[in-house]
Amino acid sequence: MDQLLQHVANAIILGGTYALLGVGLTLVFGIMKVVNFTHGELYTFGAYMVYLLVVPLGLDFFVAIAFSIIMGIMLGALLEFLLLRPIRGADIDTTMLVMIGAWIILQNAEQFTWSGIAKSIPTPFSADPLVLGTVSVSWNRVFVFLTAIAMIVAVNAVIQRTKLGQAMRATFQDRDTAMLMGVNINLIYMATFAIGSGLAATAGALLGPVFVVTPTMGNLAALKAFAIVIMGGLGNFWGAAIGGFILAFVEEFGAGYISSGYRDAMGFLLIILVLMYRPTGLFSQKERIG
Amino acid sequence: MRWLEWTFLAFLISIPLWVTDQYFIHILITTGIFVIAAMSLNLLLGYTGQLSLGHVAFFGIGAYASALLSLGFDVSLGGGLGIAVDPKPVWLAFLAGIVMAGLAGWFIGKLSFKVRGAYFVIVTISFAEVTRMVALNWIDLTEGPMALSSIPPFAIYIPGLFEETFYKKVPNYYIMLAVGTLSYVAIQRTVGSRFGRAMIALRENEPLAQSVGVPVTRFLLLAAVMSAAIAGAAGGLYAHYIRIVDPDIFLFIYTVTMVIMVITGGKGTLAGPVVGGILFGILPELLRDFAIPEVQWMIYGLLMILIVFFLPQGIVPAVTSLFAGRGTRRQRDAQPGVGGGQPTQSHSE
Repeated sequence: MDQLLQHVANAIILGGTYALLGVGLTLVFGIMKVVNFTHGELYTFGAYMVYLLVVPLGLDFFVAIAFSIIMGIMLGALLEFLLLRPIRGADIDTTMLVMIGAWIILQNAEQFTWSGIAKSIPTPFSADPLVLGTVSVSWNRVFVFLTAIAMIVAVNAVIQRTKLGQAMRATFQDRDTAMLMGVNINLIYMATFAIGSGLAATAGALLGPVFVVTPTMGNLAALKAFAIVIMGGLGNFWGAAIGGFILAFVEEFGAGYISSGYRDAMGFLLIILVLMYRPTGLFSQKERIG
Repeated sequence: MRWLEWTFLAFLISIPLWVTDQYFIHILITTGIFVIAAMSLNLLLGYTGQLSLGHVAFFGIGAYASALLSLGFDVSLGGGLGIAVDPKPVWLAFLAGIVMAGLAGWFIGKLSFKVRGAYFVIVTISFAEVTRMVALNWIDLTEGPMALSSIPPFAIYIPGLFEETFYKKVPNYYIMLAVGTLSYVAIQRTVGSRFGRAMIALRENEPLAQSVGVPVTRFLLLAAVMSAAIAGAAGGLYAHYIRIVDPDIFLFIYTVTMVIMVITGGKGTLAGPVVGGILFGILPELLRDFAIPEVQWMIYGLLMILIVFFLPQGIVPAVTSLFAGRGTRRQRDAQPGVGGGQPTQSHSE
């Protein structure tokens, strides 16, 4: 029973960052119809930025996280401008190939810059965990969870309550009509990709200090984000958020009670099951896209 | 185009006669193995228009199955059940590897052709990741990260008469060439047949193809099985030539390599994967002296983006249309498939 509660706590904490990763990817797909293979690299980028700012530059931990999120947003905007704007309107396979190319370049640039050695980032949190009855959670993870949830809520507020969000939703529903209504599509696309990338960088910046930072850390993160997004239905915001928690629960319990070696395979098995029985995702109402 | 194919084959056969550098032969063998894998991917990506990003799974399954059968294995499945297999002759293991890969292609095709586009891509990636995890974690069977080593090489064995084991590079080169030529001819025959035309029809317009009576899912499944089996053959060649197989052969980066080869050479053309494969097989050797692997990969990524931007049909269609521009148009159209005279329109979502 004690173990069960601990697993639940771990899953909830992990689910927050998974949801963050999934939401960023699903936004880009839903609005732009782009499968973003650079998502994992933005995640890695966020983690390395925190490392760079905290360890060699000696900046405050929280300031470093804020900075790395901003850098992630800027890198996302740049990628959109350089790679996706010239091929606007191309079919999904073409954009996918371009994004795979970008992914290879970014990953190897990271490997080249930082070498393969894992880096760890010191945190200002106390080593004593938060203890609630029989469950203990480190303060760092509590911070990660709360920030992740805050980011998801903030992005949702932007989409639901701002003019920009309204334009994004309009583009999601019907790009051409949105254009006719005077929505600046280029701006919307850039903003969407920047927000998506910013969320990936946030996840990296938050989890970098929890684990260690390596150039290939983004690969698994990207694949998990894909799994989450498939579960929720491509382009479904809350589907991705809930999908993140589902994946975290499946992994945590699968690793705890079945086999820890297959921990990272759980998500993929889950995708295969979802696609066998509900190909449009768990929460979809519309017909599948594509 | 037929004379060009024969000339090229004759040229390939002649190579070991005038090249003595064993390292160069080695590069040709590994390049050839990748060309075969790229050809198999092209069948799906180029002709049916399905971007399968899990292709390395079939390559890996072929390699593991062939290696394991030739080494023999003994695993327990729990509950007193177990499978023990004595070492089998290499050629039998190789064929079994092809069959295993084909079965995997059938299974994953059954599963993933329910969906298209982005969903399909992600399912295929997931499948490859699952196979990698299995190879990594099922240590009783696969040795996990310790790798399967001392895999026997190809051999000819006629009881009482003749026995020859091919440790040397040149025989392996000819084996690769034979498998490659067979795969090429098989793919050529397939895409030139009624079945191939149906595949192209459903790439161009799936609802239309379906409405005129093309059994879309069945044909996709057939293409997937054939593609997987050829990839499995490439995997088997790899296992018995390199003679060591570890879970890293399932890495996504190898699928990406195959995709780059097909896209660069020209998807949906017979010669495309061969041209692209040779280019990207030789390129690393040329770059090796002045670029570390990371920079090499960055160049690959950049090339991929540049090709999609500026030469979206790939090298082969660009070159053929350059030459065909001088000849008559009818000649070019008279040979569908061969050399791919016509630029292929990829389907839009």
